[in-house]
Amino acid sequence: MSLSAKDKLAVKTFFGKVGAKAEDIGSDALARTLFVYPQTKTYFSHWADLSPGSPQVKKHGLTVMNGVLSAVELIDDLKGGLLTLSELHAFMLRVDPANFKIINHNLLVVLSLMFPEDFTAEVHVSVDKFLAQVSLALSEKYR
Amino acid sequence: MVVWTDQERACIQDIFSKLNYEEAGPKALQRALIVYPWTQRYFASFGNLYNAEAIMSNPRVAAHGIVVLHGLDRAMKNMDDIKNTYAELSVLHSDKLHVDPDNFRLLADCLTIVIAGTMGTSFTADVQAAWQKFLAVVVSALRRQYH
Repeated sequence: MSLSAKDKLAVKTFFGKVGAKAEDIGSDALARTLFVYPQTKTYFSHWADLSPGSPQVKKHGLTVMNGVLSAVELIDDLKGGLLTLSELHAFMLRVDPANFKIINHNLLVVLSLMFPEDFTAEVHVSVDKFLAQVSLALSEKYR
Repeated sequence: MVVWTDQERACIQDIFSKLNYEEAGPKALQRALIVYPWTQRYFASFGNLYNAEAIMSNPRVAAHGIVVLHGLDRAMKNMDDIKNTYAELSVLHSDKLHVDPDNFRLLADCLTIVIAGTMGTSFTADVQAAWQKFLAVVVSALRRQYH
């Protein structure tokens, strides 16, 4: 399910429009991940405050969303472009790749609630495919 | 046995009370057919599903979306026994319609995204948690009679 030219254009256009809200999008998606899927909290036992508005959630949400936005720029070579990030996730963070699906789902929920007019079904399918490809690229160095 | 807190019950009732079944049902089914095109395999008799525009204007898709949402309404009205409420529906989906149960999750996710789009910021994390728990119970009940 690789990205067609149409998908890439839809992704670039949509994220070009919504990218300014990176912190809001990322932190809400992360907050929902921690709340709705409590098993994900196991990766953040070193944080004092895991509640939605906490400074750590906000900061990390922005980090994650900036990662997604940089992947948009690297859309023509995700595996190559995300190599270092993949090594980070594989060797240091060791996040179970099943969790990528969880944060992707919550990103879609947040994008839908924040941008209901722009997040059409056609944009949805392209963004879903894109996030799946990003997850694959992030999993590349795992084994 | 599924245990619902008062807060979860209130959340679910509230979502359904605000939902326009005639809008949300069609939107969710259209989205599933567009975002996960392999789901179209179950709707070969519905006519033109060739592209997003065709799917969005297909009257049979819209009608069926409403049917699905009324089915969910029944689950909401029988929250303490969704398992038995859905027993016949489960047999139907397994033995007559031959639907791969993974599709239930796909449609559920699309409905969640449609509802998030309608409710905006009032679709908070705890509302989302209650809603997704409800859908998980529904999906589980629909899978139950598969053999």
